[in-house]
Amino acid sequence: MHVTSPVREPLIQGGKTYADVTEDICRHVEATPTKEWKIAFGLSLIVLAYGSACLAWTWWEGLGVWGLNKTVGWAWDITNFVWWVGIGHAGTLISAILLLFRQKWRTSINRAAEAMTIFAVICAASFILMHMGRPWMAYWALPLPNAFGSLWVNFNSPLVWDVFAISTYFSVSLVFWYIGLIPDLATIRDRATSKVSKFMYGTFAMGWDGSAKTWARYEYISLILAGLSTPLVLSVHTIVSMDFATSVIPGWHTTIFPPYFVAGAIFSGFAMVQNLMLITRVVYKLEDYITLEHIETMNKVITLTGSVVGVAYITEFFIAWYGGVEYEYYAFFNRMTGPYWWAYWAMMTCNVISPQLFWSRKLRRSITFTFFISVIVNIGMWFERFVIIVTSLHRDYIPSSWAMFSPTRYDIGDYIFSFGLFFTLFLLFSKYLPVVNMAEVKAVLRSTSAQLPAKIAGVAKVRQRGAAEPAYNKDQE
Amino acid sequence: MAELSGKYLVGVYDDDDTVLHAVPKLRKAGVKIKEVYSPFPIHGLDEALGHPRTRIGIAAFMFGVTGCCAVLTLMIWTMGYDWPMIIGGKDPLSIPNYIPITFEGTVLFTAFGMVITFLISNGLGPGTHFHPRFDVRATDNKFIMAIEMSRNSMSEEEISRALKDSGAEEVNIKQF
Repeated sequence: MHVTSPVREPLIQGGKTYADVTEDICRHVEATPTKEWKIAFGLSLIVLAYGSACLAWTWWEGLGVWGLNKTVGWAWDITNFVWWVGIGHAGTLISAILLLFRQKWRTSINRAAEAMTIFAVICAASFILMHMGRPWMAYWALPLPNAFGSLWVNFNSPLVWDVFAISTYFSVSLVFWYIGLIPDLATIRDRATSKVSKFMYGTFAMGWDGSAKTWARYEYISLILAGLSTPLVLSVHTIVSMDFATSVIPGWHTTIFPPYFVAGAIFSGFAMVQNLMLITRVVYKLEDYITLEHIETMNKVITLTGSVVGVAYITEFFIAWYGGVEYEYYAFFNRMTGPYWWAYWAMMTCNVISPQLFWSRKLRRSITFTFFISVIVNIGMWFERFVIIVTSLHRDYIPSSWAMFSPTRYDIGDYIFSFGLFFTLFLLFSKYLPVVNMAEVKAVLRSTSAQLPAKIAGVAKVRQRGAAEPAYNKDQE
Repeated sequence: MAELSGKYLVGVYDDDDTVLHAVPKLRKAGVKIKEVYSPFPIHGLDEALGHPRTRIGIAAFMFGVTGCCAVLTLMIWTMGYDWPMIIGGKDPLSIPNYIPITFEGTVLFTAFGMVITFLISNGLGPGTHFHPRFDVRATDNKFIMAIEMSRNSMSEEEISRALKDSGAEEVNIKQF
């Protein structure tokens, strides 16, 4: 029944029982908000308020308040959009791709990572609305009949593909996340004491009773949703990359973009998951659920995707030279040595060199170092998008059109807005919803904890005690 | 979800393996089990209970086909017939360019259709009953087996004994 490799560490530590899992996770939902939470929430509301004021002015006054000019028409807006969408990809990777690969360690982190996905995509979408300049005409991007004011949308344009990709991605991720939440909401509903929480969690749990029939269907649709989300998440960043790749701007017009963007997205997303989880596990005392093993595994994914990104940078550069197109070569040479050299080298250092440090087991298992590198990776990935967008644009074909981009207060303020929004939403989530998927953790608890099935557990337990290993002979069983 | 009525025997187990092994044992002894409620999915339990395999996958496929056709039709009709727009000298009606949106539409219809089917087939929705009706611990750490007395020819004592023998730690009576 429960087969466990004795060489692996248990996923959930501390010898937890099913009741312990419920207690440990529900405690934070049921308790009144702590002082730390209130301070953090207050701070993010202040950040959000400042950002909202900047955003309101951007929309009131128009995009002229940004530092854009005739040559550099896309800058921080699209950089931030791609950055946030990329961050979102890790949540889907953890919840969908790792489910298909039967990676049980994902159960401790999938809930928070999916929440991160949803909030990151909301932030990304806000940059699309900002970038439109006139957000009240956002519905023009939808395929509405001509009587609504515009012609049909151009279905041959990757920008329209993006509208469909992002909205599908957001809504499917939201549904996937909510379906996973229902059993846990039911657990909280059945423990709730106050009238308000009984009503709220009861409404959102929708009458879940955990019958075998319901669970069988639940598992089935989780599998199909994972199967759908896997190509979906790859398609989303592929289409984002096509916004660039289908244009004829030197530096953008490359076929390597889709896989390179997807790898970069997962790379930065895992870094953001690390940042959030390292704080959450300490604040909510979840060290037994999100163990060093989890952190190490995520660091391995960061190293893998970081290496893919590194290879992509080098390949891109090689092809720019080997392809023999003068403009293409100049675009890349200019990135490296032109006026934006600092952005290029910041990107190379943060994204190519820093993840390679995780080859050291000691560093990979160091919490402080992991947190530090995760921040570095996210800075690097922001610079990657900045480099791709701004350095490809700022030196046009005619030197008289050459220009530099410098952000104004509103470029920066609108970026700050997205941070305020993200952290406000994440803090609300972490207070009012269970941050760890209780049902799924309970399902993997037995097969991985210290209370292993007798036959195989013997080996693991002996090994944990450090005694000599008994000979394990299958025929004797 | 259908309203419950009558008298039920409720077996409470504290382990997923015990309840999984108890189900075939009890069925062999002639006990008709209504349902088992658990805090997390137990693999093989629905088969052990004799539930038919879920057909939600067929529904999902149908929704996918619907989405694929609907989105493709919209694009071919608008771009090819209703108001063709020639942009950049390119053919407005070009199927390869429609693949990304067709894919997204297929995924969107499949996901939403399947989830709505899931909710309806399980009787889930806002305003449905607020607690598991047999034992509230079913969402925490206990595995609850419900046996409808009117469907069973065996006596209460016999079933109760069979439940205890199969590993149930408590046997309760629930009257609706």
